[in-house]
Amino acid sequence: MSIDRREFLKTLGVAGAGLTGVSALGKSKPEPESEEFYAILHDITLCEGCGECEYACAEANGLPTPGDDDYPDSSIKRELTPDRFTVINAVETSVGEVYTKQQCMHCAQPACASACLTEAMKKQESGPVTWEEGKCMGCRYCMISCPFDIPKFEYDSNNPKIGKCQMCFERLKEGEQPACVENCPGGALTFGKRGDLIREARKRIIENPGTYVDHIYGEHEAGGTSWLNLSPVPFEELGFKTDLETKPYPELTKGFLYSVPSVFILWPALLMGLREATRSDDEKGADHE
Amino acid sequence: MSERILQDEYTPTKNFWKFIKSELKPRGSIWTIFNMISVPMVLLAAVLIVIRFVYGLSAVSNVTQSVPWGLWKGFNVVTGVAFAGGAYVLTFMVYILGQEKYKPLVRVTVLNGFLAYTFYAFALVLDLGKPWNIINPIIGNSFGTSSILFLVAWHFMLYIVAQMIEFSPAVAEWLGSERARRNLKRLTIGAVVFGITLSTLHQSGLGALFLMAKGKIHPLWYSEFIPTLFFISSIFAGLSVVIFQGSILQRVFSYQMDEHSDKRHDIMIRGLSRVCALSMFAYFFLKVIDMVHNHTLVYLMSPMGAWYLVELIGFVLIPMLLFVYGVRIGTPLIIKVASLMTMIGIILNRMNISVIAYRWEEIPRYIPTWMEFVVTISILFVQVWIYRWVIHRMPVLRTMESMTITTPNER
Repeated sequence: MSIDRREFLKTLGVAGAGLTGVSALGKSKPEPESEEFYAILHDITLCEGCGECEYACAEANGLPTPGDDDYPDSSIKRELTPDRFTVINAVETSVGEVYTKQQCMHCAQPACASACLTEAMKKQESGPVTWEEGKCMGCRYCMISCPFDIPKFEYDSNNPKIGKCQMCFERLKEGEQPACVENCPGGALTFGKRGDLIREARKRIIENPGTYVDHIYGEHEAGGTSWLNLSPVPFEELGFKTDLETKPYPELTKGFLYSVPSVFILWPALLMGLREATRSDDEKGADHE
Repeated sequence: MSERILQDEYTPTKNFWKFIKSELKPRGSIWTIFNMISVPMVLLAAVLIVIRFVYGLSAVSNVTQSVPWGLWKGFNVVTGVAFAGGAYVLTFMVYILGQEKYKPLVRVTVLNGFLAYTFYAFALVLDLGKPWNIINPIIGNSFGTSSILFLVAWHFMLYIVAQMIEFSPAVAEWLGSERARRNLKRLTIGAVVFGITLSTLHQSGLGALFLMAKGKIHPLWYSEFIPTLFFISSIFAGLSVVIFQGSILQRVFSYQMDEHSDKRHDIMIRGLSRVCALSMFAYFFLKVIDMVHNHTLVYLMSPMGAWYLVELIGFVLIPMLLFVYGVRIGTPLIIKVASLMTMIGIILNRMNISVIAYRWEEIPRYIPTWMEFVVTISILFVQVWIYRWVIHRMPVLRTMESMTITTPNER
């Protein structure tokens, strides 16, 4: 394996910049417009809770399929697990039973990806937030950071994985739709560019007065996500998190990251200056002996 | 002391291994109460660690999907690093401000800090799901440079090196190489300046780790000031450890003390208590501003609010007043009590942010298993073993004497 000098210097530069936090100041490449990301719209009014998406998801990702007695039931809350990337829950509301679908929201600026110190969690240009096993060291900082509590960790394995929806990244590369969208019989899931889906969602809200609450969950939550929800009832009734920031979560750490290069440059100079200023003259003389 | 150094100076190199071998032997009785408790405990922990790596984390730990960082990260890493803050504060006072009177405390504090960091790095590795991939952010095939954890990890590693350099003259003295000692000593000031800078950043960075956990940490503890609060509290956390361990060291290693060391120690402790009190005041004040600014005063009436007041009044404000009172009337006992209370306060604060007030509304709660406690305490025990071994052999507490053979102006 050869590594040329330029490449090596570049690596060194990145390392140095990383240590001093400089890289946080300027983005090396422009981020793709969130309008252009792929996204998925879940219209909760159209969801029948059949669970086909769960089966399709399990099959596409090589995960165990739900058992016969494991179906949406309003008396229990089914949870995501390391080997269940999406889950449908039945929720009793003021308009009767409705079904929610939970999976990774694929934020435009994901907290998990900015938290990850190995870039195992990554926002792909096409929209999905993916996890790469060979890079992950299992620190679980992504789990601390994710405002939606999506990444799940295999605690019972000696070579644990992080389990979460990848928006069928491999299928997208082949030009296919995510497995859940393709297998949704009721048309509750729509796949497309995020900008188009937001316009579509807004159109549905306007054209069907009284059907939806006037809120697209995911348009602004956590700074915008690639998963959008339309609901007939307020989202807090469905158990969605409604106390989230509307700015991207990585912004919360920006102030600190900005201060790092300043400290790195100012501190040594200040400390050496202080040391010189507090030294008596004969001590300085002693150094030159 | 100086006699031994001069003698060793002429020892031929071939006796080096013989010397090391003789030094590795335990001195004094090994059947002490501390050993009888710590040895079985550490052996048990070793078994638990093997089980953890064979069967996964859940075999020994209770950490959950919603509380992914448990006792090992919350106590050994987040709390332990704050306790190790004494090293950068003391090196600042001695090498930057030229407060020579604190010099006798520097080596033992740097040694403590170095061991603490090394063992906390070990605790961190225990907690990692795929520890072998720790190589990724180190060798640079995968740098997540926007990550605060990346900054903290690197600063952590570099600071261990800086502390190693700061402590190395003591090792050179022990091995009897005056030339190496002199050369290593030249690196000290560089390591100190670098070390203080790194400490500022990773002490606050450890707090900044939790900035993205907004909404998961109880609003009384969550604050955009967390990095600043972590940094300020690391000053009095570190110094409280210095004060508290000082009183133990005076007793355990009394044979290394001369007739003046008691009086000298008292003067140092009173100076450090003042620094503690002042930094605690700044911390308390910032906490109050934060509560007013974030409108979190309303939460004080809840059970979590009461718990918060226990931490802030009981283990910050009261020990702060005790420090002031202890310095004024000159009672070492009050200062000792104050330092112990401050340490408890730091444990409460760090554990609250990383474990207790993290997902405070969640049921069932994360409660560490006995196995997690065994490993946590064993890590401290091994640290104490090495600490004790080093102090018995190397000129750590005896720096005053060894200074007599160097230039008195050396800083």
